[in-house]
Amino acid sequence: MSEKDFTGKPLCLSGRGVTRVFGLGDKKTVAVDHVDFDFHEGEFVSIVGESGSGKTTLSKMLLGLLNPSEGEILFQGQPRDISTGKKKKEYWKGIQAIFQDPFSSFNTFHKIDAVLLDCINMRGGKNLPMDKKIEMMTEACSFVNLKFAELTNKYPFELSGGQMQRLMIARIFLLKPKILLADEPTSMVDACSRATILDMLLQLRDEIGMTVIFITHDIGLAYYISDTVYIMEHGKFVEYGKADEVILNPKAAYTKRLISDVPKIHEEWDLSTVDLQAEA
Amino acid sequence: MKNTLRQLFHSGKFVAGFVIFVAILLTVFIYPLVNPGDPLEMIGVGTFARPGTYVSLYDAVRTDTQTLRLSEADDNRIAKALSAEDRVAMVEWFTTMGIDVSDLDIDDTDALLDLWNANYDPSIKPQGMTMAKRNYYKRLNNSLQEIRAADEIILAEPDEESGALVKSDTISKTDYVNVSQVANVKNLPLGTDNFGRDVLKELVSAAGTSIVIGLIAGTVATLIGLSLGLLSGYLGGFADDFIMFVTNVFTVIPSFVLLILISYSIGQEQRGAAVVAVVIGLTSWTWTCRSVRSQVISLRNRDHVNLSKLSGHSMIRIVLTDILPYIASYVVMAFILQVSTGILSEAQLSLLGLGPKTTETATLGLMMNWAMLYSAHTNGSWWAYFPVILTITLISFSLNLMNTGMDQVFNPTLRD
Amino acid sequence: MGNVMLEVRDLKTKYVTRFHEDVYAVDGVSFAIEEGKSLGIAGESGCGKSTLALSMMGYYFPPLHYISGDIIIDGRNISGMKPDDVRKTILGSEIAYIPQAAMNALNPTQKIIRFMEDVIRAHDPKADKKEIRERAEARFAELGLPKEVLDKHAVELSGGMKQRTVIAVSTILNPKVLIADEPSSALDVTSQKMVIKMMRELMEKGYIKAMLFITHELPLLYNVTDDIMVMYAGQIVERGTAKEMVFDPMHPYSYGLMNSILVPEEGTRGNKLTAIPGTPPNLKRPPKGCRFAERCKYAKPECFYTAPPQKPFDDGRMYRCLMGLDQLKEVYSHE
Repeated sequence: MSEKDFTGKPLCLSGRGVTRVFGLGDKKTVAVDHVDFDFHEGEFVSIVGESGSGKTTLSKMLLGLLNPSEGEILFQGQPRDISTGKKKKEYWKGIQAIFQDPFSSFNTFHKIDAVLLDCINMRGGKNLPMDKKIEMMTEACSFVNLKFAELTNKYPFELSGGQMQRLMIARIFLLKPKILLADEPTSMVDACSRATILDMLLQLRDEIGMTVIFITHDIGLAYYISDTVYIMEHGKFVEYGKADEVILNPKAAYTKRLISDVPKIHEEWDLSTVDLQAEA
Repeated sequence: MKNTLRQLFHSGKFVAGFVIFVAILLTVFIYPLVNPGDPLEMIGVGTFARPGTYVSLYDAVRTDTQTLRLSEADDNRIAKALSAEDRVAMVEWFTTMGIDVSDLDIDDTDALLDLWNANYDPSIKPQGMTMAKRNYYKRLNNSLQEIRAADEIILAEPDEESGALVKSDTISKTDYVNVSQVANVKNLPLGTDNFGRDVLKELVSAAGTSIVIGLIAGTVATLIGLSLGLLSGYLGGFADDFIMFVTNVFTVIPSFVLLILISYSIGQEQRGAAVVAVVIGLTSWTWTCRSVRSQVISLRNRDHVNLSKLSGHSMIRIVLTDILPYIASYVVMAFILQVSTGILSEAQLSLLGLGPKTTETATLGLMMNWAMLYSAHTNGSWWAYFPVILTITLISFSLNLMNTGMDQVFNPTLRD
Repeated sequence: MGNVMLEVRDLKTKYVTRFHEDVYAVDGVSFAIEEGKSLGIAGESGCGKSTLALSMMGYYFPPLHYISGDIIIDGRNISGMKPDDVRKTILGSEIAYIPQAAMNALNPTQKIIRFMEDVIRAHDPKADKKEIRERAEARFAELGLPKEVLDKHAVELSGGMKQRTVIAVSTILNPKVLIADEPSSALDVTSQKMVIKMMRELMEKGYIKAMLFITHELPLLYNVTDDIMVMYAGQIVERGTAKEMVFDPMHPYSYGLMNSILVPEEGTRGNKLTAIPGTPPNLKRPPKGCRFAERCKYAKPECFYTAPPQKPFDDGRMYRCLMGLDQLKEVYSHE
């Protein structure tokens, strides 16, 4: 599978024949169907797919929140073992996530400082002196352009969606995992906050060397931000490669359709390609 | 939290329910202080004394009298003595005698008496009238004449030496005593029950006991339902299947039948109020369990729970801090409804004679049971059961009002 | 100049919160749409776009309240009408409204044809079933919707199909104005394209005379509407044709918005996206000066206490900023 190596960096997370089946018998649906992938250290990967393509299921499997029905996932070249609670904890030190909906990502009963303190504790900083902890939290907040002093004693829901998503990134900044899985982190925030969030994700990659797996339905976004793009349809990767090659020179029919269906500003948006009867 | 309370007290329904419930609670706490004593003390001999103020006749006779000349005193006396049945009987007599009574007002005591004095003759023996009926008319006539005639009642005491009765005092028609000067006056606003117990006092204590039963039953049901629902919803898989199987079995068996069977098999002697409460709780947890489970399932897949998992938190911590607070308001609402159903279940059980054993404490259900056993409903002693029904209704109404009020605040789909 | 189909003059509406505080969500909005034209409204969430759409129907229910202003549809002022009259005589026949969640408004127990019957009978109680079916089938055929859909339940349809069905049903009475509030934001790109194509056909075939399209997706707006209006904190800050707005924005807020556009086209990759820091102001107490001043990179001291006037041009372009055009061009060129 060496053709997937576009960076020349060591492997970080890869999958061989990863499959997830829901239900039994007649109701059986294959959400993710024998996919192979290789994500490298410091790579910015986008997985693009429409709703129902299985990208969320795949992301849950990558995170270890869901077990694959078949196939295996390799973490840093070794088969991933998350059979016990302790091993899971260890794995989660290496991979973290930002979810789509900032409003449901936070426990609304916990204050912001508690959220950030928890991250420091998870990194083994439980016994650090309080002023050191505050310093760390302030640093994390300033990384995402938030002022820690204004956030103490506040609850997450007092912030706007964009601010909450940035707080999520501050959390990642404190945890410093090897891999960050971002599951549509910008789909629920405004275009202006979107730019900030994307910027910060790039910064995490460039400054900390994180591998970012970016899951999105927006092919324009994927093109803008990622090194590598995987296009997913019905649980399979139909096309993958460098962002420039895939987006500007799509091979698969599905990719072509996706790109042609997105409204653009320099090219004509061709409405005639739509088959209105198709969905019946 | 503060904001939630503020919102709660903006809801008219919640406030109304809260006020009624607190008023009942305050009565339960304060009334025994004002009117201390055993609520089940049998003060009356005989059954079902009417509600009203009772004046000791013995003390009244010995109280200093005041003379009041009231012109309508005789009339009032006669009017009071003439019951509705007596009046109908009098009219019946007139019709037998062939007198036109078409413009006679049955409530006009004067007209009735005038007509009676003019037409009644004890020697007449109308056809078809039984001996007993004629005697009844005689007695009625005598008592009417007595009220009119006697000006005084003579009190006599036996002479210590000779044993002969000696007139000691007379009570004239114009003698009055001031109630406040009589040594013993007993106010029984709701009369007495079949055992001669003060119904109001009994009712207050019964309401307290019933609320306690409701609280115990609600707590037991909510604790069982909550913990099983949390486990079932969060763990999923086999644990979920097993718990749901048990829940379904409990749901399929009508809980009231189960309640009757358990109560019956425990036996009369072992059934204290607390035992009955626990039994009620043990049979009514199923729907709390089901609804908690469904709420937990929808929360389980929320991102903040996933995030908590990714942070390496233990299952217990996730359940306690990431799931429980989200369903807390819901659980409180379920608890309130469970308290209400607990009180009603106790009433139903007791009405069937399967409630707490009868000698030590009164509960609302037991009071209804006693009233029913002693035919209060057939002999017109409404005070023995109607206030009890009203209290049960008020308690469950207030609890349900609070529940709907909370629902409006907490349930976003009902928010206006 | 065509015939003006929809005109809004100095419209002001407010929300009243649970704790009786007023939120001035639409604060003095004026604009007009000519026959056969479509107008887009862009802006962040919380800028009053959706409230403007709701306010324009003249159908107010708490917590939304009308304060002042006129809404004129084809020469008829509906702003003073009673809600009941609005419902009976305006909604459906003069204005149709499609919110984002419209597809969830279909009662799952009813077949689609029943909704058609409801809509048509609301304005023509005597219409018989056969007539309605013919009319519905004809319209479905023209809009490229399979007519089998009429006999299906909502749950049998995909999200995109449901949304298109809702649009077909709500425009069956040929309303003059269609107000669409993020009609395609919850859909996949392909379904979105179908929805847009259908709306455009409705316009081209003359079933609707004017369209107001609200979305935060600028590339979409650029491709759908003739004109674009940018809304900020309850006010219109700029208006122009789609092309002008995307390639030559005047107001700093529009400038920021246009710089956050992402499309899969050569040249976007590696562009620096500019972000507008901060959040829209709290409309319980709108700022005294320019409402955007707090977040504006180019704000001067006077911006904070002088409310900027609208600066209109002859060609219908308008912007609301204290700075002159030359000044703005100058600052943008340094970016």
